[in-house]
Amino acid sequence: MPGHDHDHHHDHDHDHSELSETQLRVRALETVLTEKGYVDPASLDLLVETYEKKVGPRNGARVVAKAWVDSAYRARLLKDATPAIGEIGYAGRQGEHIVALENTPKLHNMVVCTLCSCYPWPVLGLPPVWYKSAPYRSRAVADPRGVLADFGVSLPKDTEIRIWDSTAEIRYLIIPMRPPGTEGWSEEKLADLVTRDSMIGTGLPKSPKDIGK
Amino acid sequence: MNGGQDLGGTHGHGPVRPEPNEPVFHAEWEKRAFALTLAMGMPGGWNIDMGRFARENRPPAEYLSMSYYQIWFAALEHMIKERDLVSEDEIAAGHSLHAPKPVKRVLRPADVAKTLHRGGPTERDTNTGSVFKTGDRVRARNMNPPTHTRLPRYVRGRVGTVERVIGCHVFPDSNATGAGEDPQWLYTVRFDGRELWGANADATVKVSIDAWEPYLEKA
Repeated sequence: MPGHDHDHHHDHDHDHSELSETQLRVRALETVLTEKGYVDPASLDLLVETYEKKVGPRNGARVVAKAWVDSAYRARLLKDATPAIGEIGYAGRQGEHIVALENTPKLHNMVVCTLCSCYPWPVLGLPPVWYKSAPYRSRAVADPRGVLADFGVSLPKDTEIRIWDSTAEIRYLIIPMRPPGTEGWSEEKLADLVTRDSMIGTGLPKSPKDIGK
Repeated sequence: MNGGQDLGGTHGHGPVRPEPNEPVFHAEWEKRAFALTLAMGMPGGWNIDMGRFARENRPPAEYLSMSYYQIWFAALEHMIKERDLVSEDEIAAGHSLHAPKPVKRVLRPADVAKTLHRGGPTERDTNTGSVFKTGDRVRARNMNPPTHTRLPRYVRGRVGTVERVIGCHVFPDSNATGAGEDPQWLYTVRFDGRELWGANADATVKVSIDAWEPYLEKA
């Protein structure tokens, strides 16, 4: 699956006309469904607003930061993540059954959905285009070090790499390792270091230097 | 189905291209296609597995050349027409031309937040025990249903270890066809990279899938 037309300048015209056709059909279908009373356009606006403005990787970053500073919370999170995440107020669609996985110096976890695009919405929001793309879905399970290189990440040769293919309704959230030099930091400040990709396993958290601290 | 969606281990797709500062949606129509798909689940009456099958059930060349939300939208159109909720002449006209079909429920703005918060848990109670336990060696069955399944091709016939007994969950292979939820025990099964990809593969790699009991046999 191509990402979107920006990735495909070679066939831009082809994509462009197709997109216009899609755009018209989406608009037409929304009108028909609204006129028939099957959908309420105000509900559609709310759905878009929810995932564009309210639910996103900042939620997951708060969970990770709390796990970094609060060992009792970390234990609850690793034992049964769904209620532990629910404590902070995140729950629901595409996060009904969440499992948290901890990265260690010896083990690096990475999450993929080879069959579609399963992703923990309540803590990470909607997945980025690359996560849903054929290059990621095909290679994450067979060549994870090659995929990590695409993200500029290189792990020690003897680090075990564990890939979690989300083939059921279990959604995986990675707890990356806390960066050194952050002793005594508040949860809020720590959350600024937690990137979306570090919670998927294709990235590492930022270091204090990266955010100018 | 052995369709274009079953991508694990396939070659030739090129490098992963992360997009810096990626927006949640890349066009207005993507927002509407996304929201329409979520909102129509209620009056449409389909389940998540039917939705997944509607997305993957197309020629692989088509699947691989469509963008993500184009696939979502095509599946939405298909499911709506399949249930006679809307007909092609209406989409062409851009207006309702026929009387609406009675539907059970419509998603109202006041219900959006609580509907999302509730989600759709798939764990079910059961009186039966699980056949496998943690540590058991299991082989992923060699099965090739033309209908929806969540057993990827790259593990079929391969031997792995049960790492976790997750619980009893709705069985997609049944749920997608409308034959009912038929809940089955679900396991996390871990495979060595070399079992999946051969002797030259990276020895530090392990891959797990979540597999329902009917996908597995004792190894």
